Amino acid sequence: MPTSLIQTESILAIDIGAATTRAVLFDVVEGQYRFIAIGQAPTTAEAPYKHVGIGVREAIRSLQAVLGVTLLGSQDDNLIVPSQPDGSGVDAVVATISAGPTMRTVVAGLLPDVSLQSARRLAESTYTQIVDTLSLADRRKPDQQLDDIIRARPDLILLAGGVDGGASRSIMKMLETIGLACYVTPEEKRPMILYAGNQQLASNAQETLSQHAAVFATSPNVRPSLEVEDVEPASAELADLTVKLRKRQLKGVDELYLWTGGTILPTAYAQGRMTRFLSQLYESRRGLLHVNLGASGATIAAGFNGDLTLGVYPQFGLGENLNALLQHTEIEQIMRWMSLDISANTLREYLFQKSLYPVSVPATLEEHAILQAIARQALYLAMRATQRRFPARMRMAQADRMPKLDLILAGGGAIADSASLGQSLLLLLDAVQPEGIAPIMFDQNNIMGSLGAAAARNNFLPQQVVEAGAFLGAGTIVSVVASAAIGDRVVRAKLTYEDGSETRAEVKFGGLETLPLPNGKTARLTLAPFGRADAGLGAGRSGSLTVTGGALGVIIDARGRPLNLPADPVRRRELIKRWSYAVGG
Amino acid sequence: MLAPAYHVLPLAAIVRERTLPIAGRVLAHPNQRVNAADVVAEASFSREHALINVARMLNISVREADRFIKVKQGSEVVQGALLADTGGLFARTVRAPRAGRVIAVGGGQILMEAGSARIELRAGLPGVVSRIIPERGVEIRAVGALAQGVWGNGRIDSGLMTSLIEKQDDVLNAERLDMSMRSLVILGGHVRDADTLRAAMDLTVRGLILSSLHSSLIQMARQMKYPILVLDGFGAMPMNSAVFKLLTTNAKREITVNAERFDRYEGVRPEVYIPLPVSTEPDEPQDFYYLAAGQTVRMRRPPYAGAIGIIESLRPGLSLLPSGLRAPAADVKIESGETAIVPLANLEIVG
Repeated sequence: MPTSLIQTESILAIDIGAATTRAVLFDVVEGQYRFIAIGQAPTTAEAPYKHVGIGVREAIRSLQAVLGVTLLGSQDDNLIVPSQPDGSGVDAVVATISAGPTMRTVVAGLLPDVSLQSARRLAESTYTQIVDTLSLADRRKPDQQLDDIIRARPDLILLAGGVDGGASRSIMKMLETIGLACYVTPEEKRPMILYAGNQQLASNAQETLSQHAAVFATSPNVRPSLEVEDVEPASAELADLTVKLRKRQLKGVDELYLWTGGTILPTAYAQGRMTRFLSQLYESRRGLLHVNLGASGATIAAGFNGDLTLGVYPQFGLGENLNALLQHTEIEQIMRWMSLDISANTLREYLFQKSLYPVSVPATLEEHAILQAIARQALYLAMRATQRRFPARMRMAQADRMPKLDLILAGGGAIADSASLGQSLLLLLDAVQPEGIAPIMFDQNNIMGSLGAAAARNNFLPQQVVEAGAFLGAGTIVSVVASAAIGDRVVRAKLTYEDGSETRAEVKFGGLETLPLPNGKTARLTLAPFGRADAGLGAGRSGSLTVTGGALGVIIDARGRPLNLPADPVRRRELIKRWSYAVGG
Repeated sequence: MLAPAYHVLPLAAIVRERTLPIAGRVLAHPNQRVNAADVVAEASFSREHALINVARMLNISVREADRFIKVKQGSEVVQGALLADTGGLFARTVRAPRAGRVIAVGGGQILMEAGSARIELRAGLPGVVSRIIPERGVEIRAVGALAQGVWGNGRIDSGLMTSLIEKQDDVLNAERLDMSMRSLVILGGHVRDADTLRAAMDLTVRGLILSSLHSSLIQMARQMKYPILVLDGFGAMPMNSAVFKLLTTNAKREITVNAERFDRYEGVRPEVYIPLPVSTEPDEPQDFYYLAAGQTVRMRRPPYAGAIGIIESLRPGLSLLPSGLRAPAADVKIESGETAIVPLANLEIVG
């Protein structure tokens, strides 16, 4: 469509994170949508504010100060919509939200390895904590199941099970147990229910459950046949239920709902939608990976030419859930990433103290080193959990090895707010451990979710904003996989710039090297591995390719995959420091 | 930028809503004077259920079973009571496995609730009931001193407070507890061993108010039958000077320790109340403020965690912190006389 035919409305995107609320303005400049500016303020979902609208208005005021444009009415403090001839206001509003307590969720399915697994995957597409499961393998009596559901105090029950047209008796029994649990639960505490099972029983489910659930919804079967899993339609319905729950839990979300005309999405869902869109746009055959780590959780979205794998892990968030992180990992697994000599007890106390003040900022080197170590382990765990759900063709024989990807895009407070780009990059490389050759970009303003929400209003906006350079190019990563001893030469690299000049490097196993290549520039990279080392072109294969630059140029990571850190803590810390210096400190 | 208030107030009007998690019965009356431990509302809910499949037990159809069931919704039954009876010469019966109430009948089954739990809502602070929230609870108004904490073990009690803290960084250990402290609320410093918590339990103390707690003791503290309230946090943190001054000068007074669990969404947090007589009622404190020069603040994170200071100025833009991060920050003059650059996100207003 010619640009002139595009509806040229300014869009304000509001993102209510667990720690920070952002107001982002997208508008048309010289016929193309651009990211114009961002305003930020602390999120006010929690006490003492208990109204998200306070933080939203603060973020908009901050945006007004940057823009020098009035967006809030002076009389009523309401958003001016549509934009006025004097330049005040905006034409449309969209919103994303990740703030709010983790959704306590019961998942139910028939076979533990089939529909229950699909229901779990569905639950992992938003901010849930699974508090109980029901399946045919469950040995509890129905009344015990009923009491356990009541005790679990779920906000949400996800019910899958049965292929379309398949067995119905077991599903009906499960419906009855869940219906009774809802019936005996006080009305104001009743959960929402999403039925995503055998479609022939959808009307039975509706009849049995709708009058006893806070909200009842159905979606297409997540497991229409034994061989096919399709979680996406149900995750769209789940996104809708998530926003409905937030409207019940958090004051001010209903007002935002009015401002946006209903265009509020869970942030992770919007990020997933944008990841899928970008993977389609760039026809990414090998895959496009988006990782986001913030106070509300870790979100991993991988798009494989339109297919999306989305994993949302509130338990790995760097906010209020930190005090429970040690339920998911050993303290030694966090300690291994520590760049300073810090005791396990100090780390344990940090986890509790930080969970009391999730919005606080590390002011000392020690606190920053602790947070960086926690962030690495949290993202590492989230990445490994999501990898298991990649399409079969993208899964590696070794569960902790990553497939080769076309692009890696990273955002979230933990990554975007590092002390330097080098630190952000190293955190990403340590946690994700990418393989092959791929450009890396940073979503330094955390607008990925906002773009995903804006896409619901305007198809052209996300593409144009991305192509206008809304993300920061960090450079191109070349990961070398080799069976070698530390210090052995593994690859010889030559970067030939557009003006014909060259930079060369010989990288040893265990090393990390950068070759300068500024943002917006391309160069010819020639790689000659030693022995059977794989520098992204195949084991032992040499070759050259054109690479794009970035703030950190071309980064050659020859530390091995999976990354094995020395057991000796002194040596490990020295190495971590050396790697940190290699990417600019 | 907005910042939350940290209430350490020598005299304030304190208004707290106290509500049940589910609908129930309000027991208090408007203008009723209540003590912290008084039950102001109650609710009951069934924790255990029995699902009796009559059709399966009698090996008959659902329709037949419905016909033979002898109890109705709402029937109270004792253990062994007749629930269903086929009649006839060779009658087969189904009896109640335990005492309870029938809450649903149908589909050849009986659902009974057996064993209901009662939730008692306590006033939490001594004061006057200023408003009734129908079916939910009450609003209580009190006047006195108020000190907020960061962690509580979920218990409430009142008693005379005795102070065992002389310096802000004192450690409280079991040797310092003796029989003279029986049934008192003890104000102490940092606790780092389980013996101290056990010794306090043996003395049947009415509460323990601590500057900080070793993180390994959290689970144990949750199990103690007396209230434990942590003022500053986990690890060896000294008591901040504002609360140290307030509480040590109020030793020997009757106080209430409401060591409620912190709920960031509901706004419930552990608090210490000291009722005081007044002639004129003071104002209610604000819960949040815009940060500005001249305000007294408490720092929430190292290197000055717990320290009290005064904002000298808000720095423009982003400031470089010792951690290497850049963040909006303020110049804060700390009690020691030193001026520090502190990120705004790490500040709360004392007031």
